[in-house]
Order: sequence, then C-alpha cells, then structure tokens
Amino acid sequence: MSGSASAQRPTWIAPLRLIAARIGAALLTLLLVSMVIFAISGLLPGDAAQEALGQGATAGQIAALRHEMGLDQPGPVRYVRWLGGIVKGDPGTSIVANQPVSKIISERLPNTLRLAALTSMVAVPLAFLIGVFSAIARGRRLDRALNVLTLSMVALPEFLVATLAVLLFAVKLRWLPSIALVPQEPTLGEFLRAYTMPVISLAVIVVAQMARMIRAAIIAELDRPYVEMARLKGVRPGRLIFRHVLPNAIGPIVNAMALSLSYLFGGAIIVETIFSYPGLASLMVNAVTSRDMPLLQACAMIFCATYLLLVLIADTVAILANPQLRKG
Amino acid sequence: MTTPSHVDVRDLSVTVRRPDGTLLRIVDSVSFSIPRGEVLALIGESGSGKTTIALSLMGYARGGAVISGQIRVGNASLDGVGPASLAAQRGNRITYVAQSAAAAFNPSRRIIDQVIEPALIHRTAAAPAARERAIGLFRALALPTPETIGERYPHELSGGQLQRLMAAMALITKPDVVIFDEPTTALDVTTQVEVLQAFRRVFREEGATGVYVSHDLAVVAQMADHILVLNGGKVREQNSAATLIAEPQDDYTRMLMSAAQPVVQAITPPAPKAATPLLEIDGIFAGYGPIDREGRPANPVLSAVSLSIGKGAALGVIGESGSGKSTVARVVAGLLTPTAGTVSLDGEVLAPTLAERTREQLRRVQIVFQNADVALNPAHSVGEILARPLRFYHGKTGADARRRVNELLDLTRLPSSVIDRRCGELSGGQKQRVNLARALAAEPDIILCDEVTSALDTVVRGAILDLLGDLRRDLGLAYLFISHDIATVKALCDEIVVFYKGTRVEHGTSDAYAAPPYHPYTELLITSVPELRPGWLADYPYQPVAPVANVTQSSDICRFLQRCPRSRQGLCDIAAPPLRTLENGSRILCHLDTSELAH
Repeated sequence: MSGSASAQRPTWIAPLRLIAARIGAALLTLLLVSMVIFAISGLLPGDAAQEALGQGATAGQIAALRHEMGLDQPGPVRYVRWLGGIVKGDPGTSIVANQPVSKIISERLPNTLRLAALTSMVAVPLAFLIGVFSAIARGRRLDRALNVLTLSMVALPEFLVATLAVLLFAVKLRWLPSIALVPQEPTLGEFLRAYTMPVISLAVIVVAQMARMIRAAIIAELDRPYVEMARLKGVRPGRLIFRHVLPNAIGPIVNAMALSLSYLFGGAIIVETIFSYPGLASLMVNAVTSRDMPLLQACAMIFCATYLLLVLIADTVAILANPQLRKG
Repeated sequence: MTTPSHVDVRDLSVTVRRPDGTLLRIVDSVSFSIPRGEVLALIGESGSGKTTIALSLMGYARGGAVISGQIRVGNASLDGVGPASLAAQRGNRITYVAQSAAAAFNPSRRIIDQVIEPALIHRTAAAPAARERAIGLFRALALPTPETIGERYPHELSGGQLQRLMAAMALITKPDVVIFDEPTTALDVTTQVEVLQAFRRVFREEGATGVYVSHDLAVVAQMADHILVLNGGKVREQNSAATLIAEPQDDYTRMLMSAAQPVVQAITPPAPKAATPLLEIDGIFAGYGPIDREGRPANPVLSAVSLSIGKGAALGVIGESGSGKSTVARVVAGLLTPTAGTVSLDGEVLAPTLAERTREQLRRVQIVFQNADVALNPAHSVGEILARPLRFYHGKTGADARRRVNELLDLTRLPSSVIDRRCGELSGGQKQRVNLARALAAEPDIILCDEVTSALDTVVRGAILDLLGDLRRDLGLAYLFISHDIATVKALCDEIVVFYKGTRVEHGTSDAYAAPPYHPYTELLITSVPELRPGWLADYPYQPVAPVANVTQSSDICRFLQRCPRSRQGLCDIAAPPLRTLENGSRILCHLDTSELAH
C-alpha cells in the first residue's frame, strides 16, 4: 500500500548502478588477469634473447640483448611498462618478427572476428530453435532425438568433425577447398566456399552447448506456476513461449550464449590449424612455441577481454530483462 | 419451471498412471451441478482430488492424467474436445484463480498486461475497453489506486493485493464459471478477511457462478451456497452450505469440522518457575541487510524483544507475516546474529553465531522448519536423515544408531517401514513427523517450531499437535511455538506472545486470550479468524481503517496506530504506548486500559 507515495527517482538509476558495478568488476578482473598473464609468461622456460640469438651466442651478446630488450629490469617495472603500453594500444614489439605486436594482431584480428561472427550467425538461431523445440517437446520423441543429436555433437572432438568434413567435402566430393584461403577481393561464392567448412566445424560444438543450456533454462521456467496459469488462460504455445517464458529465461540464455561464443575466440585453434586459417588462436600458439612474449601476452589479453565483454553484455541484458533488478 | 443447471458434471473420473504402470483413480465418479449465479465449494484434505476436479472443469489435468466423464459448462461440452477448443474455453468462459497469486503471475510482465490478456487473446474486448473493465474490477475489489496499480510488477505488490488482482484477471472476460483454488490459504487471517469480503462483493455484483476449492470449512461457509465434501477422490456428502454445517450427515464431514477446532489434551503446567528460566531472550534487536555505523541493519525487524521460557513450558508466538516471529527463532538458533541483546540457556549466555556455540549448546536447542520438503535432504533416506544427528551429537553409529532411529520413529508414530524411503515418497504429515524426529534425535531441551503445522491440512495438523503435546508431556520438552494461527497456538501453549512489526504488543497466559480485553491488534487477529457459521463474513464488523495522515516516523509511538480501530487522536499519535498489565494478567503495549478494551 506504500510505494505510490514514494519519491519519484529516475527509473534508470538502479540498473545503471548495477551495470556500473559489473563494469568495475570486469575491469578489476582484467587487471588481475593481466598480472597473472605477465607472471605466467615469465615462468615459461627459455629466454627470448637466447632464442633470438640462437645456440652460438656468447653470454655477453645475450646480456647485451637482454639489456636492450629490457629483460634485465625487475619484474614489477616491466609489468607497469607493459601494462601502460597495452592501455595506450602498443603492446610492444614482437621479438621474433621484429614488428610491432599491434601490427601483427591487426592483420589477424579481423579474420578471427569474421569467423566468430559468421559462426554466431549460424549457431545462435540454430541453437535457439533446437533449445526451444526440445524444451517444448520435453520427454517426447522430438526432444529425445534432439538430445541424442546435441549430445553427440558435444562429444565429437572438433578435429574429428573438421577432418571428416575435409574428407567428405574436399577430398571425396571436391565441392569445397580444404584450405580456408580467401582471395583479396572475393566474390560471394568464393567467400562462402572458403568459410563453409570452418564455420560448420566450429558451429557443431557451439550449437550443441548453447542448445542444451537454452533447453535447460526454458524447462526450468516451464515448471513454474505462472506457466500453468498462462495455459489456463487459454494462451497458445507460441505466445506462451515468446511472451511468457522467454522474458524470464532470457538471463540464463544470454549467459549461456556468452560462454559459448567466447569459445569462438581462443578455442578456434584446432579449426584454424586444420584449415590453415590465419586467426588469432594459431598466432598465439606460434607465439608460445617461439617464446614471443609480447605477442603471447597481447593475445591472451585480447581473449580475456573478449570473454569479459561478452559476459558483461550478458549480465546487462539479464539486468534489463528483470523488472526486479531493473526497478531496483 | 426448472432451469437447467449452468454447470453439469456427470461421472467425472481422473486416472493417473503410476511409475510402475498401474492405473490409479484419483477422482472417482464424481457428479454435481451448479445453478447459475451460485457457488459450489469443493472441500477436503490434500489428496482428496478437489483441485483435480476443479482443473478438469477446464479440461486440464496435471502430469498426464486422463479425464473421463461428461463436463458441460454453459453451452459448451468439454469432454472429448481437442486442445484448440479447450484453449478457446480456458480463460474465456471458464477462468481460474490460483492458490498463490505471487507465483502464478508472470514476474517479468506488468500486472495490467496480464490481467487483460485473456480478453485480448479471446477477443472479448479491445485493449482500451478491457483496461477500463480491469480498472473497474480493481475498484470493486477495493484495491488501492485502481487506475495505476496495474502498471506495477508482481514483486511490487503484497500477497493479498495479488490475489485480488488475479480475481480481476479471472473476471475480465465475464466468464460462465470462475474457479477459486484455495485463494486465501497463503494469506494472513487479517488479509484473508479483506480478500474474502472483496470476492463476495464482486461476485454479487457480477452475478458470477463459482467453484471454490478449499480445505477450510469455515472459509467455505462464508463463500459457498453448496458444499461438496471429498475424500480420496470420492464424494462423501453434498448439501447446501447451511444444512451441511448445521447437520453434517457423514462421519468424515464431522471429523473435518472437529479438526477445525484443535484441542490438545491439557498439560499440567510445569513446576513453579525455577530461579533461572531454560531460555531467556533479553533486549534483542535484529534485522537483515548491511549494518550501518550506528549498528542498525538496513531492514530492522526485531526491536527490544525479551522473552523467557521455563523448563518444559510452551510459549506461543503469533503475528502476521513480516511481524518478526520467525526472526526470533533464527536469532535463538544462532542463524542470525542480533545487533544487540543476548540469548541465554540455563543462565549461560549463548554465542550469537552457530560457529561459536559448543556442540552441547547446539544439541540442546533444535529448530524445526515449516516446510519439511525444503528442510529435509531429498536425496537421503529417512534412516540417513535421522542417523546423522545421532552421530553428530551422540557419536552413535551402526546397530546402536539403528536401534535409536527405530525408537525415534516409534516416538513420532511413524511405521518402521519408512526407514529406507526417501522423504519425497512420504505424505505431508509423515514428512513433518520425520522433521520432528530429526530434531528429537539430538535429545534437545527446547524445540523452536517455526510454523510447523501451517502447511498441513486441518486433520493432519490436529494429529501433529497431539504428538507435540505428548512429546512435551513424556520428554519434558519446552517449545517456542511460532504460528500465524491463534487456534493452533492456544491449543498447545501455556503462554502466548503477540508480535506486531517486530515488537511484543501482548504477552499473557493462553486462557487470557479466550475473551477480551486484549490488545487491539490481538483483537483484530482473533476476530479475523472465520467462524464455522454461514453469515459470519456478512456480519464481520471490521472495516479497513484509513491510515492516519502524516504520522511522524518516530519509533516510539505505537506501530499499530495506522490500523488501529480504537486509536485516539491526541494520545496514540503523540506519546509512546506504556506497558500496562490488564486485570487478566496480560501485559500489553497500549494507551488504553482494561475497561476501555473490554467491549
């Protein structure tokens, strides 16, 4: 009976505060992660100066190069200098390629983004449909069939999916190229031919994960009393799902999507390798093998930042979708 | 001229398939009819099939049950029609008011959108017209700010308001029949009266036909023209409300009626109070949320609460939801740290948190929660649940523990066959017995009973109260018995404390609550309990009191002032109420004295 008289505060204050808190937490996490990345990359065996000069270098040459690269400075000093560089958009110079890390990454990042975006465009609607339909048909034949399908998709290792796809489409049927090389000015046909197999291989695992989590989120809602009430109001199944259930399930669903999509960045390594696709994940693996610390650290930061960004977006959507949080 | 009845049900049966494949009839050949404009009540315990019957009027069965028989509502026949025709009837010609409106409203949609949705999907009205009708219904149901209340979300409204809003949703399409499924069971007695009054008024105005499902005969007597008594899916008795209550024919009906007034065999009060009480609560302040610099929690609940319970005594605590009665139990049990005050056991001050209490102290104070479903681990068998406190408190294992578990089952009158079953397989009453047995396993001196009978049917409640009485007599247990139901508390306890908004407004012996004078709030609680006679609601004198405007938010003045029908301007809204002792020995927090409160 109170409330009507309560002072009118702008309605956007409460959600804004919550979202600001989430952003703060994300930035703090990123800072902690940067420390961990820096500390761990220092633990990797081998020395960049040693690696650069090869076996025949004298101790004096190595020491000189170490000094030149700033490797003889104490850890905290190097960390602060490195973090400052990252913030300014200059994560240093690649030791191996002798080029600015930012330049190397700017060549690879669009490729990874493009592959991730294409895969999302395929995977999100597909996962959504599978999740919704198997939730509605819970326990019935359609649900069981979709369950078997998604479970086997989760269980299949992606190198197997990718290899089988290559064997089938490239070797046997000769429909698609086995290497995802996109020419400079691709036609739509060339573009699709290049991306089909990588996208399929990545989508298989992502769709399965997302579909299972979406199904679980919707089923959890379907058991709640307001769904029975809606049925007793004569609400038809389509409206029930879209108008009644989804607004309540959207929080868990977007979180499930964020987790799956973040995999498209760091987890694409196998697909990138099999299709010789020049993305970030393979760049990072190369950086590990060649002890290219500045490049490795920058890649790791990008993956973490992407992950945090996706989770942040998911949290924001969840906050805005929930009137209890939205209205504070 | 005989008018054909409005609702006609012939040989209705509902059958479910059990996990082992056998069929079970949960409703067996039930027939009834309802003339237009009348209300039929379905009454019985849980498992009697009353909700199943009500839902089958909408062609709806939970968990894949099968409905057979003839069901006619208005001109529509509901047996053997497809899902599309059923959906066209539901929410349109036949509507439903659920037991818990708080759960049955969609949490992420505005109330008004949900209330007018049936009119829109069944195209009985356009949005503006439906909105207008909704506001009219809100007004008829005595909801505050009828024009704007619909703009809110469910979490912004109280349980009583939501229940009335749900009735508005059920009436929006001018249905042939409205089904009320225990619509007031989850409400406080004081709220229940307001909601029942609103329902009655709007039913009259709309001339609606209704089915009213309840386990509470006294409530039903106020609402129904006809009553149908159900037990185990079969009709036991069917008659007009007045006749059935005046002259019940069936034994089962008579049992229901006697269970509505619980009586526990009198217990000789414990020996004169020893020097130190068993449990003493002194000046407790407690609440929830972050604690500010002055040591006050964001949501203060209890302020300056003091109580004491002697060995083997039973102290009842009553009040509405939000009065802080459960918080008392949580503080005593060590689940909530008070911001001030102490709890002592046998004169020895207990640490405020569980972690700092000794195992012996933990053993002596046990708590039993309202909802056994939630309190007992569903993955454990009854034997495991009971064995755990035996090992923890007494180091009993193996055959020793097994023997004690059997004793505990005996003590709580459970068959020893339940030992290997999980709680999910037990009935509500059995689960609550297991819940009690778990507390008894510790061999405590006092049990904190937090609404332990509130989720139970009247008949089961009576049996649990008997058990509690016997345990007290045989084992010398003391109880802190928390309930919102004054009849239950009176039956079991020697003394009763009444809580209002975290303060103790009255404290007296159980006998003192038999007749006035009492605190105006106690009076409201007692008079709000429906009596088992038709017409009680029509005679009910209480009218909601308009809140006194601009009350200074001083913590000293009477907290009940805004709702008090006896408040005096220039007295109650200025000074703090004194603690006075009435002639019957009760101590109350009120400005008025015995003579002023006696009539």
